[in-house]
Amino acid sequence: MTSALSVAEAIRAGNSRALELMLAANPVLVDVVPAWKAIDGLSEHTILHAGPPIEWARMCGPMRGAVAGVAVYEGWASDLDEAAHLAARNEFTFQPNHHFAAVGPMTGLTTRSQPLLVVENRASGNKAYCTINEGLGKVMRFGGNDQSVRERLAWIRDVLGPALGTALQQCGGIALKPLVARGLAMGDEMHQRNVACSSLLLREIAPALAGCVDHQDSLTAMLSFMGGNDQFFLNIAMAMGKSIMDPVGGIEAATVVTAMTRNGTDFGIRVSALGDEWFTAPVEMPAGLYFPGFTERDANPDMGDSTIVETIGLGGFAMAAAPAVAGFVGAGSVREAATFTRRMGEITLGQNPEWVIPSLDYQGVPTAIDIRLVVETGIVPTINTGIAHRDPGVGQVGAGVVQAPLACFESALRSLAGRLGVS
Amino acid sequence: MKPQPDKQPGAGLLEGRPRVINVGLAMFADDLVRQDVEVVQVDWRPPAGGDMALSRLLSLLAD
Repeated sequence: MTSALSVAEAIRAGNSRALELMLAANPVLVDVVPAWKAIDGLSEHTILHAGPPIEWARMCGPMRGAVAGVAVYEGWASDLDEAAHLAARNEFTFQPNHHFAAVGPMTGLTTRSQPLLVVENRASGNKAYCTINEGLGKVMRFGGNDQSVRERLAWIRDVLGPALGTALQQCGGIALKPLVARGLAMGDEMHQRNVACSSLLLREIAPALAGCVDHQDSLTAMLSFMGGNDQFFLNIAMAMGKSIMDPVGGIEAATVVTAMTRNGTDFGIRVSALGDEWFTAPVEMPAGLYFPGFTERDANPDMGDSTIVETIGLGGFAMAAAPAVAGFVGAGSVREAATFTRRMGEITLGQNPEWVIPSLDYQGVPTAIDIRLVVETGIVPTINTGIAHRDPGVGQVGAGVVQAPLACFESALRSLAGRLGVS
Repeated sequence: MKPQPDKQPGAGLLEGRPRVINVGLAMFADDLVRQDVEVVQVDWRPPAGGDMALSRLLSLLAD
């Protein structure tokens, strides 16, 4: 870049392309496959995790608990203590999901044998992956790691995953954009409320599932599991988000955020023009409501790749669509829910005309976060999130709202200026 | 010629009930609201929170 004018033109063109790619995306849930088959290089003793890169020594309690649990589940350790010792001796390789076109909620661990949801973005031809949601309560994504957690993971691996894969192949996949559009009109924001989309998905896939499962008991268990989990769709929304944002990476001069994620210790963002580089800052503590018997003293700092949902304009950005969530996460009244969405409009480049919010006179959700607008206004992305217990093995203790740390956006802006030669 | 006080700009401002637009710090608006004065609060803060170096970068990266 040699002149201010050419920088301005390059940014305008880059951001226009970024927004165009986001709006043109056509994500379709096409399959469920074992992680070793979906992801090249996912070898034995490799554990993918949520957030930007982190080593065992800096991992938070629930992340460590989940690591121990998944190592036992994979047969790499005989018990949780041995697994923790192996991790401390660097016997496992840790890598972010994001480096492998994947995402995972909360601790977000992905290992070889777990079945992954496959979302294909048919506009760009790329695929993205996420594990299957385990349900609520004591689960690995919140740091749970006991035998009940591992047995559920084994059932998902051996029974549910393969059946879902076959059903999706038989029905030719499920287009996600129209499904999400209906979910928004039914009160979902796709992060802390997925009641509508989970139900709509079940309605679409149940006939195909019934057609490919031989045993009545097995079918009953699968339908009960999916039907009893209001957050079943979350992981699908996340893979969808990843499939939408990956093609937006690496556009010259584009100032659009392509990923936001946290590992319970650091919050990290990626920016289109800056490719795969992470910009991190200490993660913040959610403010929210706690389940009976728990308080903020029990809470772990913010965690998970699920912020990919906000990155595409859903979650906290679509709070106005989901007044029930505003109460659940302690964000206040219905009017305040609309204010969250309007504020996110201050830091985004456009709206998504296919994902509209009825209560805002059918405005589209705020789309394409611009780091310049975040730094200029001081308004940071609002994220709806679950809250994990700070100790390993306990699980979820509440839900709330958390802010992305401004420092990530400031350091990305400085780096971008250097990259464009204007600093 | 002697100036006409009632012709000066703003001279009539305080003759009627004031209507106020407050830009920035909300506490000034809050005080007026407590006195039953009509106020529109504009949520404004200096670009980049007043950080001059970041403000300069923002101007260089404007499109």
